[in-house]
Amino acid sequence: MRKVLIANRGEIARRIIRTCKSEGVATVAVYSDADRDLPFVREADEAVHIGPPPVPHSYLNVEAIIGAAKSTGADAIHPGYGLLSENEAFARRVQDEGIVFIGPSPEVIGQMGDKLTARKIMQKAGVPVVPGCEDPVETVDEAAQVAATIGYPVMLKASAGGGGIGMQICRDEESLRQAYQSLRGRAKAYFGNDAMYVEKYVERPHHIEVQIAGDQHGNVLHLLERECSIQRRHQKVLEESPSPFLDPATRELLCQSAVQAAQAVGYTGVGTVEFIVDDSKNFYFLEMNTRLQVEHPVTEEMTGLDLVSMQLAIANGESLAIGQEDVKVLRHAIELRVYAEDPVTFLPSPGTITLYQPPAMEHVRIDDGVQNGTQVTPFYDPMIAKVIISGTTREEAVERAREAMQNFQITGIKTNIPFLLEVLSDERFCEGVYTTWFVQERAAKSNN
Amino acid sequence: MKQIAANMAGTVINVLVQLGDEVSEGQDILVLESMKMEVPIQSEVVGKVIEIKANIGDFVNDGDVLVVVE
Repeated sequence: MRKVLIANRGEIARRIIRTCKSEGVATVAVYSDADRDLPFVREADEAVHIGPPPVPHSYLNVEAIIGAAKSTGADAIHPGYGLLSENEAFARRVQDEGIVFIGPSPEVIGQMGDKLTARKIMQKAGVPVVPGCEDPVETVDEAAQVAATIGYPVMLKASAGGGGIGMQICRDEESLRQAYQSLRGRAKAYFGNDAMYVEKYVERPHHIEVQIAGDQHGNVLHLLERECSIQRRHQKVLEESPSPFLDPATRELLCQSAVQAAQAVGYTGVGTVEFIVDDSKNFYFLEMNTRLQVEHPVTEEMTGLDLVSMQLAIANGESLAIGQEDVKVLRHAIELRVYAEDPVTFLPSPGTITLYQPPAMEHVRIDDGVQNGTQVTPFYDPMIAKVIISGTTREEAVERAREAMQNFQITGIKTNIPFLLEVLSDERFCEGVYTTWFVQERAAKSNN
Repeated sequence: MKQIAANMAGTVINVLVQLGDEVSEGQDILVLESMKMEVPIQSEVVGKVIEIKANIGDFVNDGDVLVVVE
């Protein structure tokens, strides 16, 4: 592999460029009109303009990206996260053009992208899945029947839903019957598809995921877990590793299940198996992300491994350079996502950054994609930086995280830094006792 | 008469009401999208939709009036 085109933008494009540079691999950036002046465009060895700001016309424009790869002679494409990273057709097209796709096979992307197929494969492989119906329910009576079988509470979900829209918790049959009609109407209005699912609702759950890596020679290993329960609007805000909630026995079982999941689909590349874990430490498969994740630096700082380097080696056909026994917890790591958003309502806040000064501290890594004067546009994700902090203990990491956030200056746009500081001072967070309900429970408490 | 305004800058991706529709308080009437986040805009009052000022695909700013309810 001599030259990698990065089909992405912002901080993740910079992150990939960094490892490529250190390994002597040339890079090609692609950019939209809106991103012309961002650091990633400058830092790549070459940069190709691919269109106007809306993603369908640039970062999702397969022809423009393939064209850029061909015109620059790139022999591999790294899709980053989001955008085309889990697009089966794109991965296949890249391969058909004789270019290496840095990620798993198109078949695996397709299988894991379909929630029902993924669920069936995992069940067959002996990985626990959340109890629920296998196919959409057609009537309210059918929904009630499924709920009675798996037991209340249940989650009623629009199959086309996402981002928290189109789902409701039902604690008894009466509320299920009420919710069914209104949710179905909403699903039709929002998504044009009113297929509904019923699944067991896990009370006060933890969102814990396991990083895995598999090579083309059948070797699979796990790189331990990340605790991702601090979320707003079902999107992660803070991740840490190791999880303060897991005990060694559960950790071992969870990580083994993730390896089983990867083996079941012949996974190649780095990926993540997401689980929901209840208060009694029962865990269930949620989904598999067939790409590098936003929160991958948590694992890197904890283990000292470079996940992008592993991706390049695997895509090159090399065997994994380490064994399971080499994966060790070197330190505790926390990632904070700095978003351009209102710290109270969490609503997006596009605008121009007039001052951007990240903290320069030991044990603090900054993965960002902006600078002074950057226009944060409404076209892309609100994340502007990730701050990854490590310490020999969790307490030390939390203390350093607080100091780092106090020293992070951004003006011109609203950011969630005040919110992150509140999380880092919250008693339950400091004790490591929190679930995915953390943000809502905090809001309810401050309203009383 | 109540003017329902945008609470963030973004693109209108769905209009869930039509002129003359009766709406209830808290009912979703429009969906905005910004920075990959979908935010439903709700009616703050009970009433009849007498004006829709935004169409699917329009970019609106924080504070722009989207729908008027009487």
